[in-house]
Amino acid sequence: MLVSCALVLMMTGPGLALFYGCLVRKKNVLATMMQSFTLMALATVLWAIIGYSLSFGEGSAFIGDLRYLMLEGVGGDPMPDYAATIPHQTWMLFQMMFAIITPALITGAFAERMKFGAMCLFMTLWSFLVYYPMAHMVWGKGGLLNAFLGGSIPCFDFAGGTVVHITSGVSALVCALYLGKRKGYGTEPMKPHSLVLSFIGACLLWVGWFGFNAGSALAANALASSAFTATHFAAATAAIGWVLMEWLHSKPSVLGGISGAVAGLVVITPASGFVKPGPALIMGFVGGIVCYFMVVKVKNMFNYDDSLDAFGVHGAGGTLGAILTGVFATKAVNSAIADGKGGLIDGNGGQIVNQLIGVAIAWGIAIVGTLIILKICDIVCGGVRATPEQETIGLDVSQHGEEGYNFDA
Amino acid sequence: MKKIEAIIQPFKLEDVKAALKKAGVDGLTISEVRGHGREKGHTEIYRGQEYEVQEIPRLKLELVVPAAQVDEVVAAIIEGARTGKIGDGKIFVSEVSQAIRIRNGDAGEAAL
Repeated sequence: MLVSCALVLMMTGPGLALFYGCLVRKKNVLATMMQSFTLMALATVLWAIIGYSLSFGEGSAFIGDLRYLMLEGVGGDPMPDYAATIPHQTWMLFQMMFAIITPALITGAFAERMKFGAMCLFMTLWSFLVYYPMAHMVWGKGGLLNAFLGGSIPCFDFAGGTVVHITSGVSALVCALYLGKRKGYGTEPMKPHSLVLSFIGACLLWVGWFGFNAGSALAANALASSAFTATHFAAATAAIGWVLMEWLHSKPSVLGGISGAVAGLVVITPASGFVKPGPALIMGFVGGIVCYFMVVKVKNMFNYDDSLDAFGVHGAGGTLGAILTGVFATKAVNSAIADGKGGLIDGNGGQIVNQLIGVAIAWGIAIVGTLIILKICDIVCGGVRATPEQETIGLDVSQHGEEGYNFDA
Repeated sequence: MKKIEAIIQPFKLEDVKAALKKAGVDGLTISEVRGHGREKGHTEIYRGQEYEVQEIPRLKLELVVPAAQVDEVVAAIIEGARTGKIGDGKIFVSEVSQAIRIRNGDAGEAAL
């Protein structure tokens, strides 16, 4: 479990930091990496003080209580409701890594144009208004959507399709629309400055995702192995699906391959501990193709600037994955599922409705929460967006006073 | 004295250098340049965003030779750089009014 915790943190830095940081122009590489890195520190502190308690204290159906304030009582003894075989503190650590990477995913939408201070305030408020409530509803004891601890609408989400990917992806779309397009979008070239390093970042994400999904089994057992299998298979078929779509229109690209793999990992996340290998292969392939269309076609159709496609991959992929989990979830894989309460494949079509309710709540809380937070940040920070001058010289110099590549130094 | 500037395909550099050596030229300046003539560039696509890249990489050779040697040097460059396809490059010849060797002040053709 501790290794899984470390793997999930590796997804944020270096994984996401390299993936995102090197997809932007080189004048913004440090600022983009700094956003992920800031969350490794900021989300950790918030989690220790109050975040864990609000997420996993047994409060109402919507938010936890303050029983674990400053991690009081979260120690070496297991908390049987959540994880009977590992220390409560280890469970807290594992969940903390999710609370770090989720907001970090949003940074892809406003990359290259958000003020650093505004970003810090945004992420703090977002953790409180969107992440903690959603994590509590789906995974917290007594949460509204908790499928195994007394939720009234049981929604399957093994490792974070609704909690992580829909919340971050949909919030990302709201941010992209609220902030507007980058200066020069559509007229100036905005090529990734190093696909080599983005490639390394994406591959670290792929590996780290084994901690994310297989680790969510909370033990080194058959379920963990099954989740590992589903995760890997979906990444593989999604990469193939995305690249095939590209190949039909132009050339099979490296960026397409790694984007497809990430899309597949997103789609399988909610399903990873519930589905057999066959459905995992299908979910990945469909996910690769759907996310390709969202990123390449739909974004251009509606002409919004989601710089690094946080919505097209995480929002769309998370939604698709959550719904397909309601189709393919089966008791044959996860014995915690009650008799007759699996997905459509187990003869329980109603589970798709439960999944849709979960999806709708995640979308709703992400849209409303993010809009409120952006308004607050706008007022407090005097605008969330960097000035046109700052954007032109790049956020590295304007926000942080450094440059990423001083080759002549 | 004449200055010869030649824009060539990067992969033909070794052939051109060999031909120039045969013609007895041993002074040469090479720079990496980007540009285009009649040949088309290429398209790059990143997640559906298409960028036309018109400026393609070429090498620019510069050498100054005595006027009597110009035809021979130009012929050597053509021999080394020619593939017969569009995009082989161009050669420009112009007048040079003076040349000075910095080390000892030699001037004119003696400085070449």
